[in-house]
Amino acid sequence: MNARVEYVLRLGDSALVLAQRSAAWVAHAPIMEEDVALANVALDLFGQAKLWLEYAAEIEGAGRDADALAFHRDADEYRNVLLVEQPNGNFADTIVRGYFYDAWAELNLNALRASSDERIAAIAAKSVKETAYHLQRSRDWLLRLGDGTELSHERVQLAVDELWRFSGELFIGDEIDAAMNAQGVGSDPATLREQWLESVRAALAAATLTTPEDGWMQRGGKQGRHSEALSYMLAEMQVLPRSHPGALW
Amino acid sequence: MVTAQIWQWLEAVPDPELPSISITDLGIVRDVREEGDGVVVALTPTYSGCPATAVIEADVTRALHDHGIERVRIERRLAPAWTTDWITPRGRERLHEHGIVPPGATLADGPLVTAIIRCPRCASSKTSEISRFGSTPCKALYRCDDCREPFDYVKPH
Repeated sequence: MNARVEYVLRLGDSALVLAQRSAAWVAHAPIMEEDVALANVALDLFGQAKLWLEYAAEIEGAGRDADALAFHRDADEYRNVLLVEQPNGNFADTIVRGYFYDAWAELNLNALRASSDERIAAIAAKSVKETAYHLQRSRDWLLRLGDGTELSHERVQLAVDELWRFSGELFIGDEIDAAMNAQGVGSDPATLREQWLESVRAALAAATLTTPEDGWMQRGGKQGRHSEALSYMLAEMQVLPRSHPGALW
Repeated sequence: MVTAQIWQWLEAVPDPELPSISITDLGIVRDVREEGDGVVVALTPTYSGCPATAVIEADVTRALHDHGIERVRIERRLAPAWTTDWITPRGRERLHEHGIVPPGATLADGPLVTAIIRCPRCASSKTSEISRFGSTPCKALYRCDDCREPFDYVKPH
C-alpha cells in the first residue's frame, strides 16, 4: 500500500467517523441550539473527510472514488484513530471526545499547512479554520460541564477518565508517519504531544477537572484494528449504498 | 468574448443560502478565463461541508448557458482558503439590509474574536449569542437584548 494513500486515509477516516458519530445526535441533543451546533460540526467534518478521501482515491488510482472509500470498505479497512469511534455515550462523553480530537486536529492541521504536498497543505489550511470554531465550542462546553453542577462535573470527569486511554494513539507514530514526515509531507505525531497536553491540562484545570495519570494507551485504529463499536456504526452508515448500489437522489 | 462580461453575468447569480447577495459579492468566484471556445470559472467553497457548493456550480453553468456560452468548465479551487474578508462592501450592505449582520474582519492568528455586534433592526449594541452555530455553518445565532429581535451573524472566517 502506498504510504501517502494510507496517510491521507487516516486523516479522512478520522474526520468521517467523528462526523457520523456527531450527526447521530441530531434530534437527540439536550437543547435545540446544540442539535444545530452538532449538525454543523458534523457537516464541516463530512466536508473535510470528503476532501481527504477524494485525494486518497485520486492518488490510489484504483478507480475508486470518495464514496466508494466511505461506503464500501469494512471496519478493518478503516484507518481512523480509536478515539473517534467511541460511542456517543452521554453529552459529556461526546463533548470530551470532541474536545480531545479538536485540540489535536488544530495542532495537526496547522502543522500540515507546511506540507510539501500542496494538496495536503491546501486541505489543512481550509480545515483548520473550521476546526478552530469546533475547538472553541468543545472547550467552552468542557468548562461549563466541569464547572457546572455536581452531576455535570461528575459525568464529565468520568468521560475524561474513560476516554483518556484513547488519547495516546494520536501521538504514536508508525512507519507510515515516519515515511511521510521524512518526505516533508506529514507531521510527526510525537512532536504534537507536549503542546496538546499543555492545553488540555490547562482546560481541565480551568474546568475544575483532574487530568488522569498517564497509563496504558489503546492503539491500532490507524492500522485497521478497531473496537466492535466501529462495525455497528459503519453498518448503519453504509446500509443504503450497499443495499442499493449506485442509488442517487 | 470578454471575461468582464462574464463577471457581470455572474453578479446576477445569487448564493442559494444567502440569496440577498451574489456569488461574486460573496467572494467565491476566484477566476474567469477563456479556454478554447469555452469558459472556465474557478470557484472556491466557503466551508468544506457547505451543501450549497454543488448547487452554485450548477447555477453558474446554467447562467452562462442562458447567455449562450455552451462550454463551461467549473474549477474547484481550494487554496487560498475562502475568507469572509472577501465579501465585498456591497455584499456586506446587502446582508445588513436583509437583517443579517455581516462579519467583522478576521485576524491573522485567530478568526474568532468578534467586535461589537449591533442589532440589524434597532442598532442596539446590547446583543447576546444564542448559539455559535446557526442555520448554516457560516452563521451564528444572536438576539437583541433591547428589541428582542433574533438575528443571524455571519461569522468571521
